[in-house]
Amino acid sequence: MHGMTLLFYGFSAILLYAACRVVSARNPVHAVLHLILAFFTAACLWMLLEAEFLALALIMVYIGAVMVLFLFVVMMLDIDLARLRQSFWRYFPLGAGVGILVALEMGLTLGSRFFREQSLAALPSRAAEASNTRELGALLVTDYAYPFELAALVLLAAIVGAVALTYRKSFLRRSPDPERQVRVSAADRLRLVSMPAEKEEDGVC
Amino acid sequence: MLTLAHFLILGALLFAVAVAGIFLNRKNLIVLLMSIELMLLAVNMNFVAFSRFLGDSHGQAFVFFVLAVAAAEAAVGLAILILLFRNLRSIHVDDLSALKG
Repeated sequence: MHGMTLLFYGFSAILLYAACRVVSARNPVHAVLHLILAFFTAACLWMLLEAEFLALALIMVYIGAVMVLFLFVVMMLDIDLARLRQSFWRYFPLGAGVGILVALEMGLTLGSRFFREQSLAALPSRAAEASNTRELGALLVTDYAYPFELAALVLLAAIVGAVALTYRKSFLRRSPDPERQVRVSAADRLRLVSMPAEKEEDGVC
Repeated sequence: MLTLAHFLILGALLFAVAVAGIFLNRKNLIVLLMSIELMLLAVNMNFVAFSRFLGDSHGQAFVFFVLAVAAAEAAVGLAILILLFRNLRSIHVDDLSALKG
């Protein structure tokens, strides 16, 4: 299966390039756009691994919702870019050093012979016997039914939290407040101003 | 020959890039959030790869939950970010010193 290996290396190169651009981009909007590219490429790699449902969920949920949210926020904020980039090159040796160290350690562990025994092409394809979506769905409502409900609760809490954090009463609410309407007194509506009486010749009376 | 090690090392490299990104952009709250998203992607990549090579779809169920929690985390994180920007007119990490004694 030479084509699959070629696809893997192509997608990996794009994925790593996009990830590097995310952390090094000067403009946050470019960083978000490269993050979208990274997620899309990861979805392509998951397709190679026959995780079709998750690949499509990644595109729809992540690129379609979360990344668009990021993009909105980044474009809405008026950021002082120069000040944010000040310490970039000062921390570059430390960041690059730690990154290379992490990559080396993980590479030494994960590149061992144990993980290289089985090739992807030799694995039996499970696509023919059952659809990936059906398999995952059956798993979620049997073994993981309780965690599934908890995940729904986490999402609900996130919705309530996000709305409560960003809600601005005076800005958003256009409807009149009944409590204030009932409590209103004459002094709030009418202002008595004492003015000097004017002469009759002006004709205003 | 494409093996499990290929996917694991790809995930490791992705994770290392995200760790380096946290060090490099430690003053920029938005890029910090994006680095965390990249880390979660690297972890998910490992889950999916193991799930395929061990022939066990429980790993994919885990990825499902990680995606759900990551989406919640991103939503609340961005809400806090907007709130900070509204109050401070800045998202520089050094400006967030209200709790400093």
